[in-house]
Amino acid sequence: MIGALLAVVRRDLLLAMRQRGDVANVLLFFVIVVTMVPLGVGPDRDMLRLIAPGVVWVAALLSAILSLGRLFALDYADGTLEQIMLSGQPLSLAVLGKIAAHWLMTGAPITALSVVLAMMFDMAAAPSATLVASLLLGTPSLSLIGAVGAALTLGLRGAGVLVTLLVLPLYVPVLIFGAGAVDASAGGVSPGAHLMLLGGLSLAAAALAPWAIGAALRVSVE
Amino acid sequence: MEAVELQCERGHRRLFDQLSFGLDAGRCLHIAGDNGAGKTSLLRILCGLLRPTFGEVRWQGRPIAQVRDEYGADLVYVGHLNGVKDDLTATENLRTWAAMAGLRVDADRLEQALRLLAIERFAQWPAGQLSQGQKRRIGLARLTVARQARVWILDEPFNALDRNGVEILNRLIAERVGSGGAVVLTTHQAWQAPVEVIRLELAAEAAS
Repeated sequence: MIGALLAVVRRDLLLAMRQRGDVANVLLFFVIVVTMVPLGVGPDRDMLRLIAPGVVWVAALLSAILSLGRLFALDYADGTLEQIMLSGQPLSLAVLGKIAAHWLMTGAPITALSVVLAMMFDMAAAPSATLVASLLLGTPSLSLIGAVGAALTLGLRGAGVLVTLLVLPLYVPVLIFGAGAVDASAGGVSPGAHLMLLGGLSLAAAALAPWAIGAALRVSVE
Repeated sequence: MEAVELQCERGHRRLFDQLSFGLDAGRCLHIAGDNGAGKTSLLRILCGLLRPTFGEVRWQGRPIAQVRDEYGADLVYVGHLNGVKDDLTATENLRTWAAMAGLRVDADRLEQALRLLAIERFAQWPAGQLSQGQKRRIGLARLTVARQARVWILDEPFNALDRNGVEILNRLIAERVGSGGAVVLTTHQAWQAPVEVIRLELAAEAAS
């Protein structure tokens, strides 16, 4: 069973290797959104330091949303989704594999890029480290929660807008605790509580989302 | 396999009602009917992708919704969509499909499957560069990779195939039925069945 999960991860990574542009677009979007902000609000260092966590986190949410459209749509269009459903393996496992691959292609590189972006905003070492930790713990829930929305809107007209409206409100707790952790760290308070809550959110999402996604996909494929 | 009092409605149209039949091992069921008669819907119900509005499909006496994973392991479905990734080669497509289905297959078996479908020359080509008929053959090659599957459900499998492809598929069907498998297929073309078939004609009903 774990073999089937790994097979899905391997397949999605292989497909991403063949279509590198799709992954690069999302990361480029993330970097551009974050870079736009200093151009808009001016080069005041104190102000930039203050808004950096919120900016990076909002950009991470938007990039996650941007990448959701393709999560199931391509498999749906060419019939591989049907084949996965009829494979005789639990659908929730295959879904978990797809989400793991999605995180490796969005959440993980976004976390890595945030190190550089933190420098751009002149963030101190401790808050920068907290930013990276918060993204590492929080981005898995972005992939998991987003996949529920992607599964529910699969095959609908205007799915892109619908998935944004559906998923963004659900991202609010992740945003609050993610940016909150960095603020706490910058204010000299321990960010531990925030980070634990972020990790808890991701674990809860990992436990519940695959079943919800599986059920939603079965409805969508009908 | 057994279908019990199936009813299917799509939109506001009732496609069929009170449809019951059984299919034993070693038999071939040919579902015929005009466009829109509900052939594809019936096949999707039989493999569990679509829920009937009424009735149920049973596999070895149990509803397929309850034994979905066991049933899936015994089933190969080739639908309208081939389930072939354009960015992967024929071999990669088959290998990932087998791995996702939890089958252990070695390179020889994959090569043999492609050879049986006479597409071994294109094994290393991205599927996106192949023709419709060749992609269909990759989809059909799954039938020979999953040898132990006892049920084949094929939706218009002869579409896009050339004469040679039709011959190959006929031979595969004959072999599978001969070795105790059950095959369900639809086709609207004149089909010279290689084996004895049970014919089920779906009538297109008026809107109700």
